[in-house]
Order: sequence, then structure tokens, then C-alpha cells
Amino acid sequence: MTRLSADGRHPVRFKLNGRPVEAEAEPRTLLSDFLRQQIGATGTHVGCEHGVCGACTVIIDGMLTRSCLTLAAQADGCEVQTVEGLAPSPDRLGILQQAFRRNHALQCGFCTAGILMSLDHYLRRHPAPSEADIRDLLSGHLCRCTGYTPIVKAALEAAAELATTTQEKSDA
Amino acid sequence: MKPAAFDYVRAESVNEVLEGLSKEGGNARVLAGGQSLMAMLNMRLAKPRLLIDIMRLKELNRIEEQAGVVTIGAGVRQAALLAWPELARTQPLLARALPWVGHVQTRSRGTICGSLAHADPSAEMPLALIALGGEVHLRNARRRRRVAATEFFLGMMATARAEDELIEAVSFPARAGERCAFREVARRHGDFAIVACAAVATSKGVRFAVGGVADVPQARDWPRLDGSALDDALNGFAYELDARDDVHATARYRRDLVRIIGRDLVREVLQ
Repeated sequence: MTRLSADGRHPVRFKLNGRPVEAEAEPRTLLSDFLRQQIGATGTHVGCEHGVCGACTVIIDGMLTRSCLTLAAQADGCEVQTVEGLAPSPDRLGILQQAFRRNHALQCGFCTAGILMSLDHYLRRHPAPSEADIRDLLSGHLCRCTGYTPIVKAALEAAAELATTTQEKSDA
Repeated sequence: MKPAAFDYVRAESVNEVLEGLSKEGGNARVLAGGQSLMAMLNMRLAKPRLLIDIMRLKELNRIEEQAGVVTIGAGVRQAALLAWPELARTQPLLARALPWVGHVQTRSRGTICGSLAHADPSAEMPLALIALGGEVHLRNARRRRRVAATEFFLGMMATARAEDELIEAVSFPARAGERCAFREVARRHGDFAIVACAAVATSKGVRFAVGGVADVPQARDWPRLDGSALDDALNGFAYELDARDDVHATARYRRDLVRIIGRDLVREVLQ
């Protein structure tokens, strides 16, 4: 039995975007705060801290996860993916990110990290989504700038582009 | 806000969970998917001294079908049940209600049993349990017991689970809800229900259940009703639910929804 005492700090290790990370956390430390404050991965944003706004959405072991509703200790030993892992290299945006930029699918950008994680996760599993599918997925996120329309457009464009790229690759 | 301090145990066996609960009782909380409990902790509506994480226990992560009875372990996530290939055949009402539980991003982590433990009056899983006549499997260090749905929910966020008990699983009866219907009205898909309704054909007629209005989901069993007899039954039920005004809807609007959705759903399953 592993019992982590409330007043101590305990090592937490996991893979973040494929790279091993380690830092100390109290049992009550949220994964969202751990990522930002202990690891320095500030791409994940913290909005409501009760699972409603979706800004802090990350992927743990292939599951979309509100990092504000997850303890850092729960992620120990897991594979965590955050928005920092989306771009293929520091100077290049991924297909989804490019579509967001093209369509002005972000304004203040606060909600964007979470939305990108949800869309990236979804498009990998559902390559030909309808607008209704995308809107249903986005119901788990709050955006107060865009009115969602440009986000939906960007998602559908990215899906179409991803489908062509996959096809080209499989033909080759 | 951030949670108040607590000890954290990653349980490696069910016995460890039961031991922790028997020693710490009301000061301990079981952490499963965390989609309700973590929000309560962040808002400091719950301040346990110990959290017992059960999500690495493989023995609690099972969906079993035996003679039609479907038993869902405490660690089974809502997304896992929704993806179970036998769900639509064995428990069609759950297949219809589950997409209304939270969002994709919370169903991926939240568990079925966790939603029952939380017992939010407007949540879909307690409503389904009431509509289908399921049972909650409770276990402490000394014994196991099963509690029928109608006896499990005692009030808003209050259940018959004793402080030293783990909800080990929940079971839904065989052939329940073969002919069934579900509908919900909320501000946005995935928000808490203003009113959620389920209708299930029974051997004698229909069972109609409503969540989101009273402190716990309520059900009525009726013979085959139609026309004004059905309208009268629904109207009586709508008033018995004792709806109250809140920021989301008035009591009258809730009664209207019960009457209107009720008529549609009851007719649909009795067709």
C-alpha cells in the first residue's frame, strides 16, 4: 500500500509528451497546477477548477482528462499529453493548429489549449466528423470570444486535410 | 480553489480499501474517476482526511453479463460502458442515457458507480437505476449487502451507503428496459438536467421515472394508459414531485416538461 501523507511532498513521475518528467507534489496538488508550477509546462490553462470550462483538458493514457479534476499523484507512471506536444517542431504548427490560425478560431487563446487537445484526440479516432459531432465535442469546452463558429470551421477543415494526408501516405 | 490537505492511498487490493474505510470511516472518501468528488474537493464542499484511489484495481474494472444481469464494477468508466459492444442489446436504456452524462471529456474518466455514489438529483445514472430497478452492491470489511435502487437514494447527495462501505458494483436486471425511451432537457447538452425522463415497458404496462425535479429520482408504475387517463396520471405525478423554482427553471416549467415528455415517452414504449 502506498500512503502519501498530507503534509509531505512526494515524487511524481510520468511521461510528458514522450519525455520523462519528475517533481515533488503534495497529495492535494492538482495535475493542472503540477504541470504549470512544478514542471513549467504552462501551455495547459486553468479556468474554472471544477471541470466545467475545459481549458485544462489534457490526455492521460489515451483518455481525455480535466487536469483540474485529477491529482498529480494519480498521473504517476502514466503517459500525459499536453498542448506542448502538438506541434511537430518548435517552429512549425500542426495541421489542426494551422487551421485554427487560418480561421481565427482563437482570440484571447485561454480556452484554446484544451480545445486543441479534445479535437486532436477526437480527429485521430474519427477522421470524418460531421459538424454536429464537432459541436457535441465542443460542448465540453467554454469559449467566450469566438462564438464557436470559427472553431467548428477550423476543425472540419483540419479533418478534411488530415484525411487527404493520410490517404497520400497510404498510397505511397 | 484548491483542495484542503488529505492523505492519499493508491489501493493495491480491495481489502486495503475496506481496511481504510473501516479505520477512517467518514473521514475517508473513495476516489474513482473523480469527476464529481474532485470538484467537491476543489470547492471544499468535501474535506476528507484520506482519499483512497481505487482505479488501479483490476478486479473492480469488470463488466459482467450473467443470465442477462449486467454487473458493472466500481472502476468501470462511463466511456468504457458506452463502448461495451453488448450494451445496446443487454441494457438499451443505459445506451440511450449514457451519452447525456457530462461530456466526452468527463465520461472518459468518470465511473458509473461514482455517479451513483454522488447521487446528484439531476444525474442520469441514478435515474436509470431507479427506472430499471437495479441494485447497488455494498461491501465493508465484514460483509456484503445489496440495496435496491429505491432504498439506495435517501435524498439530495445522500445514499444508504454506510461510512465504512465501498460501492463495489451495480447491477441491472435482465431484460429490463427492452422497450424504453429517454429524454432530457438541459441548457446545453451535457449540462445538468432541468428534467430527465425515462420510460420502460413492464409486464403490466409502463414504468415512468423522472430526475432533476425531486431530491431523488422518482418512478411510477402504471398499467397501459392512454388519452386522458395518461394525462391525469402524469399531472398527478408532476405535482407529487414537488418541483421548486431555481435559477434554471420555474416549478411550473418543470411540471410542464414532465407532462409533455412523459406523454411522448409513455406512448413510445407502449406502441
